[in-house]
Amino acid sequence: MTSTSVRRHKATGLVVLLAGLVTTGIGYAAVTSTAEASVPQASQGQLDQGHQIFLEGCATCHGLAAQGSSDGPSLIGVGAAAVDFQVSTGRMPLAAPDNQAPQKAVVYTADQISALAAYVASLGPGPSIPSASDVSTTDAELAEGGVLFRTNCAQCHNFAGRGGALSDGKYAPSMMNATPTQMYEAMLTGPQNMPVFNDKTMPPAQKQAIIKYIKNLQQAQAPGGLALGSYGPVTEGVFIWTAGIGALLAAAVWIGAKVR
Amino acid sequence: MSVIVKEVGRALGRADERLPVASGLKKNLRKVFPDHWSFMLGEIALYSFLILLLTGVYLTIFFKPSMTDVVYHGSYQPLVGVPMTEAYSSALGISFDVRGGLLIRQIHHWAALFFMAAMMVHMFRIFFTGAFRKPREFNWIIGGSMILIGLLEGFAGYSLPDDLLSGVGVRIVAGIVESIPIVGTYLLFFIFGGQYPGTDFIPRLYTFHVLLVPGILLASVGLHLVLVFYHKHTQYPGPGRTNENVVGFPLFPVYTAKAGGFFFVVFGVTVLISALVTINPIWAYGPYVPDQVTAGSQPDWYIGFVDGALRAFPSWESQFWGHTWSWNIFLPCVVLPGLMVTALLAYPFIESWVTGETGEHHLLDRPRNAATRTSLGAMAIAFYGVLVINGANDIIAAAFNLSINQLTWFTRIGIFIIPPLVFLSTHRFCMGLQRRDRELLLHGRESGQILRLPHGEFIEIHTPISDDQKAVILSKRDIAPLAIPAATDQNGVATPGLAGKKIRAKLSGFFFQDNVARPSAAEIEAAHHHAHEVHDHEITELHEAGKQAPSQLTD
Amino acid sequence: MSNSHGTDLNVHAATGDEPVFPLPPHHHRLTDTDPRAAKRAERQIATMFILSALGMVGFVVAYVMVPTTSYLDLGPVGVLQTSNLLLGLTFGTATLLIGVAAIHWAKKLMADEEIIDHRHPVGSTDEDREEALAAFNAGVAESGFAERPLLRRTLIAALALFPIPLIVLLKDMGPLPGDSLRHTIWRKGSRIVIDVSGQPLRPEDMSVGSLVSASPADLNDIQEAEGNQNARAKASIILVRMKPGEIVSEQGEGWSYQGILAFSKICTHVGCPIALYQQRTHHLLCPCHQSTFDLADSGAVVFGPAARRMPQLPITVDNEGYLVAQSDFHEPVGPSFWERP
Repeated sequence: MTSTSVRRHKATGLVVLLAGLVTTGIGYAAVTSTAEASVPQASQGQLDQGHQIFLEGCATCHGLAAQGSSDGPSLIGVGAAAVDFQVSTGRMPLAAPDNQAPQKAVVYTADQISALAAYVASLGPGPSIPSASDVSTTDAELAEGGVLFRTNCAQCHNFAGRGGALSDGKYAPSMMNATPTQMYEAMLTGPQNMPVFNDKTMPPAQKQAIIKYIKNLQQAQAPGGLALGSYGPVTEGVFIWTAGIGALLAAAVWIGAKVR
Repeated sequence: MSVIVKEVGRALGRADERLPVASGLKKNLRKVFPDHWSFMLGEIALYSFLILLLTGVYLTIFFKPSMTDVVYHGSYQPLVGVPMTEAYSSALGISFDVRGGLLIRQIHHWAALFFMAAMMVHMFRIFFTGAFRKPREFNWIIGGSMILIGLLEGFAGYSLPDDLLSGVGVRIVAGIVESIPIVGTYLLFFIFGGQYPGTDFIPRLYTFHVLLVPGILLASVGLHLVLVFYHKHTQYPGPGRTNENVVGFPLFPVYTAKAGGFFFVVFGVTVLISALVTINPIWAYGPYVPDQVTAGSQPDWYIGFVDGALRAFPSWESQFWGHTWSWNIFLPCVVLPGLMVTALLAYPFIESWVTGETGEHHLLDRPRNAATRTSLGAMAIAFYGVLVINGANDIIAAAFNLSINQLTWFTRIGIFIIPPLVFLSTHRFCMGLQRRDRELLLHGRESGQILRLPHGEFIEIHTPISDDQKAVILSKRDIAPLAIPAATDQNGVATPGLAGKKIRAKLSGFFFQDNVARPSAAEIEAAHHHAHEVHDHEITELHEAGKQAPSQLTD
Repeated sequence: MSNSHGTDLNVHAATGDEPVFPLPPHHHRLTDTDPRAAKRAERQIATMFILSALGMVGFVVAYVMVPTTSYLDLGPVGVLQTSNLLLGLTFGTATLLIGVAAIHWAKKLMADEEIIDHRHPVGSTDEDREEALAAFNAGVAESGFAERPLLRRTLIAALALFPIPLIVLLKDMGPLPGDSLRHTIWRKGSRIVIDVSGQPLRPEDMSVGSLVSASPADLNDIQEAEGNQNARAKASIILVRMKPGEIVSEQGEGWSYQGILAFSKICTHVGCPIALYQQRTHHLLCPCHQSTFDLADSGAVVFGPAARRMPQLPITVDNEGYLVAQSDFHEPVGPSFWERP
C-alpha cells in the first residue's frame, strides 16, 4: 500500500478527539479520590491558611506535623469533624492543661475554622464535617431518638441532657446549647473522653433521631412546672427543705404569734 | 344556721342515748392546748398524711399495677410507639390524659416529701426539748417507727410507676437483698417471684403501698394522737406554767380554727407547689429497661443517707469457705441503719438511765439547759447530714466543678471528724447561752446607756429583765450527776453490780458536765441589791449635784 | 436550788407546785378594744372566704375548658401543661385562703384569754393497781392454769405451732434460686448485636475509642417467649475498642479480638447498668455509687465500693466475620451473693 492509500476517514479527527477526551476523563477520575458528596475540595489557599493557623495556635501541644507530643495527642486522622467540633465550641485552643478542656469563648472565625479543619483533614483521612442534610431531622423519629438517647447518652449526659460528673473532675457537659452539627460531630469523633459513635455502629439515621430528641430536650418542656434544673430527686429534696418547709414554718410562726 | 345547729344537736342527742357522747364532749371540747409554733410541726406531718390518703385513693382509680408489656399510644409524643410496662403507661396516662391527673400525682409526691421532712423536723423539736421523757417514751417509739415505715412507703410509692430512675433504685435494693448472708438469694427470689426483675414485683409492691402500710400508719397515727390527748401536751416554761398544769387555749373554738386552718394552709401550699414546680418527671426518665441508666441516679432525699453510705464505703468483701460476705453492702445498708434506728428509739431509756430521772416531765427543757443532749442531737444530725450530702456527690461535683473522687474521700474522713467537731462547738454554744442567761438574771440587760460617775468611773446601766423572762430563765433545774458508788458499804459488803453503776455514774457526770449553776435566791438578791445600791446612790448624787438624769449619754 | 436523787422523786419546777411568777395579765388586742378594727378583721376574713369560693368555681371552669394537651410557654420557667397550672393555682389558692381566713379569725376575733387546766397523774392509782392484780389472780385461780401443768404445756405447744402454716404458705412466693444466678443466655457462637437496632457487629465497624451497647442476637425472642426482662438484666454487655498495645491484662487468654473487649454491663456492686466509658483513661464509671473499673486491666476495680472486677465475655469472630461470644461468662455477672465462691 502506498502512503497515499492510507486515507484519513473524515471521522478520524472526531474519533481521536473523543479518544483523547475519554482517556483524559478516565485518567482524571482515577487520579482524584472519590470525595464524599458533602466535602468540597479545599483550595490550596485554604490549606495554607489552615497550616498557618495550626503552626501559631496548635503546634505547641500537638507537634509541628500534628504528630502529637506529651502535651497533646496526634491529630493525624482525626478528621475535619473533630477540628470543627473542638474549635467551634471554643474548647480548643486549650488555655491551660487540665483534666478536661472546658467550653469557652471561640477564638477563630468560621472561615479560619474551615481552613484549619481542611488542613488537619489533609494530614490523614478522617471523619468530615457533616453537611446540612446529614444533620437534618425531617425524617427522624422522636420516640426512636429517645430510646437511642437513653441507651447511649443518658448515662453520662443525664436523662434531660443537663450533663453529669465523670471521674477525677471530668464531666459530660450539658447539651442545652449544642447545635445539631456539634452534636453529630461529637458522636462521630468522640472528643476527649467521650466514646466514639461512628457511622457504622450508629448509622446517620440513628444520629439524626438522637439529634431530634436532644432538640426536643432543648425546648425545656416542663409539663409539671419549674424543672429545678432537671437533676432529679436531689434538687427536689433541696426545694422541700428550703422553700417547702420554710413556707410552712413561716405559717406556723404566724399562727403562734401573739396578736397586738 | 340555727336550723342546722338544732338538727345537729338532735342527732347528737340520739347518739348520746347509745354512747356517752356528751361526757366525751364535756371533757374534750374545752381541752387546753399550749400555743407555740414549734408545736405545729407534727401537724404538718399529720396533714401531709391525710393529703397522701386522699390523693392516693384518686391515683388508685387510674393506676394499673402490672408489668405486662404494652406499647404506648397516649398523648405524650416522645414516647409514642415505645414498649413499656402497663404500670408506666398508666402513670403516663394519669399525667397526660386525665384532667387533673398530673396535679394529683404531683401533690401526692410533694406531700410525701413534706411528710418525711415534717416528721424529722417534729422529731428534732421533740428531741431538743426533751419531750420524749416519761411518760412519753412510747410515743417517741411510735413516732420513730413511723419515720422508718414512711421511708419504706415512700420508696414503694415512687417505684410503682416503673420509670428508669426508680427502676434502677429497685435494682439496687435487689442487689442489697442479694448480698445478705445466708438468706439473700432466697429472699431475692421470694420477693421478685424468681429472678430479677420478673413480673411480680410491681403488683406486690402495690399491695404493700396502698393496703398494708397505710393501715399500719393509720393505726400508728391514731395511737400517737390518742397518747398526746391523754398525756396532755407539754409546754415551755414561763410565767404561770408548772409541771402540774397546762396553760393555753381551748380546743373549741381556738384550736379547731387554728389547727383546722393550718390543714388548709398545708394543703394549699402543697397544691400551689404542685402547680408550679415539677416533681418526678417520669416522662423524661423513660420506661425502666434493665440496661439503661441516667447520670445522677439518686433515691428520694429521705433515702439519701443510705445511698451516701453506700457510695463512701470501702470495697470490703471476704470469701470464707466458699461463700461471699459483702461487707461493702451489708454494713452500710443493713447494719448502719439498724444501729441508727436502734439508738434513736432507745434514746429516752438510755437518757433516763444515765440521768437517774424517774419523774414525769411535762415542762420542756430549753435546749441550752440540756447541753449534752442538744450536742448529741446536733452531732447525730451532722452524721446524717454528711451521709445525705454524699448521696448527692455527683450532682455536687457537676454543679460546682469538683471531683467525685475527692468528695468521696472527704466523706470517708469527714464522717469521723465532723460529728465530734459539731458536738464540741454545740456544747460550747449552749454553755455560752447558759452563762448569758445567768448574767441577764443577776445583772439585767445592758441598756447602752453609759453613766460617768463623779469620781471618774464609767459604768453601763443595766435594766432588769421582765418578770416573764425571769420566769423562763429560772425554770432551769440544776441536776447533780449520780454519785460514784463506793466499792463497799459501811459493813464491808461489796456493792452488787459495781461496774455497771460506775459506768452509769461516769456517763451521768458527762451528761451534766460544765452545766452553769442556776443562781440561788441569795445570789439573785445580792446582785439586785448591789445594782440598786450603785445605781440609786449615784443617781441621787447626780440629782443633788443638779446634773441631768442618766437617760442622757454623758461625755 | 439543787435536787438530790431518790428513786422515785417527782422533780418539780424549782420553786414547788405554785408558780413563782403568776400568769401575766391579759393584754387586750386592738380588735378587742376597737370595734372598727374588729369589723375590719371580719371583712378581711369574709373576703378571703368569698375569694376562696370563687377559686373553687374557677377550678371547675379550668377543668371543663382546658384540655391536657394544651401547653403554655412561660419563658425561663419552661413550657408548662396549662391544665396543671390553672387547676393547681385555682384550687391551691382557694384552699390556702380557707386556712388563712380561719387562722386570722382565731387570732383576731376569738377569745384569747389563756386558761389553765390541771394535770392529773397519768398512771393508775395504787388502789386501782391492787384491784387489777387481785382480779387477775382471781382469774388465774379460777382457770386452774397454775395447778394443771398438762393443760398449760399442751396449750403452749398448740399455740406455738399455729403460725407454722402461715409461714409455710409463703413458700410459693418464688422458686428457689438454684444456680440460675451463675448463668446468662450467652453461649458459644451467640452472635453479638447492637442494642436498639439489632444489627450484628463486625470488628472493622468499631474505631479505637468506640463504645457499643450490645446483647445476644436471640435476646428479643427469649424476652418475648418468657414475657419478662430477666434475660436482658444479666446478658447486657458493652464492647469497647482500644489499641492492642494499650491492653495491660485480660481475664483470659485470647478473650479479646484485635483490641475489642466485651464486658458485662451490670455493675458488680449492686447491679446498676454501667456504661460511662471514658475512652482515654479506659475507665468505666458507674453513676450509682461511683465504682470505677479499668477495662484495660481485666476490669479491675480502681475506685469506689465495688469489690469485684467487671466480668469479661470472651469473644471472637464467626466464619462470616461477625463478632460472637466464645462461651458464657466465666463468673456470675452482677452483684455478689452469699453462694458466690
